[in-house]
Amino acid sequence: MGQFILRSLIQRLALLVVVSVIAHAVVHIAPGEPSEVDPTNPRMKPEDVAKIRAAFHLDEPLHRQYVYWMRDLVSGNLRSFKDGQPVLPKIWNRFLNSLPLFLAATLLIWTLSFPAGIHAAIRRGSGFDRASTFVAYALISIPGFFFAYLLILGVVNAFSVPVIGMRTFGMEDAPISFRAMDRLWHLTIPAMISAFSGVALLSRYVRSQMIEVVSNDYVRTARAKGLEEETVIYRHALRNALLPFVTMFGLMLPGLIGGSVIIEQIFAWPGIGRLGYEAILARDFPLILTINFFAATLTLAGTFLSDVLYAFADPRVRLNS
Amino acid sequence: MYVTTDVDTDIEVTGRSSLDEFWVTFRRDRLALIGFVVLVGLALLALAGKAFTEWWVLFDPAVVRLSDRLLPPLTEASSVLSADKRPAFGIYFLGTDDLGRDVFARMLQGSFVSLSIGFVAVGIAMSIGVALGGISGYYGESKFLGLSVDNLIMRFTDVMLCFPTFFLILTVVALLPPSIYNIMIVIGLTGWMTTARFVRAEFLSLKEQDFVLAAKAMGLPERRIIFFHMLPNAMAPVLVTATVSVATAILTESALSFLGFGVQPPDATWGNILSDGKNFIFDAPWLFFIPGSAILVVVLAFNLVGEGMRESLNPKLRRR
Repeated sequence: MGQFILRSLIQRLALLVVVSVIAHAVVHIAPGEPSEVDPTNPRMKPEDVAKIRAAFHLDEPLHRQYVYWMRDLVSGNLRSFKDGQPVLPKIWNRFLNSLPLFLAATLLIWTLSFPAGIHAAIRRGSGFDRASTFVAYALISIPGFFFAYLLILGVVNAFSVPVIGMRTFGMEDAPISFRAMDRLWHLTIPAMISAFSGVALLSRYVRSQMIEVVSNDYVRTARAKGLEEETVIYRHALRNALLPFVTMFGLMLPGLIGGSVIIEQIFAWPGIGRLGYEAILARDFPLILTINFFAATLTLAGTFLSDVLYAFADPRVRLNS
Repeated sequence: MYVTTDVDTDIEVTGRSSLDEFWVTFRRDRLALIGFVVLVGLALLALAGKAFTEWWVLFDPAVVRLSDRLLPPLTEASSVLSADKRPAFGIYFLGTDDLGRDVFARMLQGSFVSLSIGFVAVGIAMSIGVALGGISGYYGESKFLGLSVDNLIMRFTDVMLCFPTFFLILTVVALLPPSIYNIMIVIGLTGWMTTARFVRAEFLSLKEQDFVLAAKAMGLPERRIIFFHMLPNAMAPVLVTATVSVATAILTESALSFLGFGVQPPDATWGNILSDGKNFIFDAPWLFFIPGSAILVVVLAFNLVGEGMRESLNPKLRRR
């Protein structure tokens, strides 16, 4: 076990290095530099551009720039091109803003999709199954921002739910309970929107997983023994159907960054996805690269977590292969 | 081969080919069938769009008519327009936008552009995926620079899977000069990893099967074994993924448009019509709801057809 963990950690570390090299190369080789963000500005003389490039080490060869980036990242001295602020605290603050959104959405996804999926699988071909299939596909198929706008149109007037930002301004002096409620209230709609497509996808997985498991021999045996249908489904089938979902916990981790750009943009949520979008607009290379690095780390941590969880959950998996 | 004597079980012994078999199962899934009909209609619409907006310009999506701004659907064109600016039949079927351009013409043009983004991007992704997966599965043991080819390709796939896809697409599209080809290529280059993985798995298992061994024993050339014996047997899941990926690519394009990095004017896509329309959601709701519903219907059709194909191709999920 320990050996497996150690080896896969080393493997993932190597992957992370390769990812960072490729990301660095892609971002730097692609045309468009921070010095060219404002090309029409008449005050930008060639020598100014050269000065900017020298200040950001952009005039040096690519591998040197990579080393500079890594050195600054590790020592915590990495500063944004745009405003000279240290990058890591910047990302950390935004991450703390994205976290509640992610947690709320994940909670919604996992609590809603299992009942829906199991119900659809057991009553396969029923009205509920077909309706939920259709709704699930509709939710997967709708452009995210179109759906968000529709929901905003429908909900804001009816329930006066806030759809901008994380908190109401001017409530800083309110008691903590009020502020907490205010935060939660602001969280409602964005979390719902980010959860919808996840619920649709995961409930489909649950359904097809249940259907596959139910057609297995041991389920037939359980039925043939004369067990009650409840016991067959929830004791014998569901337990085995659950296995793959153990791994999905880990695999959903990267959604923390990649999945949130549009949602955070729509709801003016000062989260990490929006930070990345702003960094892209400003050609803020250190910030783009570090967010990307962070996302890759999350992905690798996610797969690592899911491997380990799977090994714990499924005795058939041996880790010393 | 086994002989079935017992006819009243669910195994039917018929002379049907696997394609017939597929079609019979597929047809039973009513949603998938509706999706298929929608897609055929869409293909015709896209061709008509290309024909009527470029080759034989019946509907011109680029004409700006400042006298006819933000007109609701089915409005007649105003009489002050000169003859060459009048829309076909004198009516705006789907209204006009803030520059007085005919939304119907733009949607027609956009149907072709949106679909071609989907198909080209997925074509790129699937080609890369099948090629890398196939090489990795078939030639996996051969060495390159001291490492096995399989190891190299699969580790590269792992690397690509580490990137947050949408963020990567956004970064590259934003840094590159805006062009519809860049969008297609970038979406294609970031979408091949799962295909490569399961094509590899298919190839690994096919390589051990008797018909491939037989083909090898007969001394058939390798490319014949790969392209005529193994690839067709590995294609089914690729087609399912491709169908669903077209849907995803269309959604990705509209998401890019929303952030302002989509296909730039004068090319119209459903994504950028929708994202322009969001600014007029109260004044001219048709600019928002028409492209939005169109994308929803088309993407839904692709997803339903993909799911129908998956169910018909997977014997475990087949209805008994």
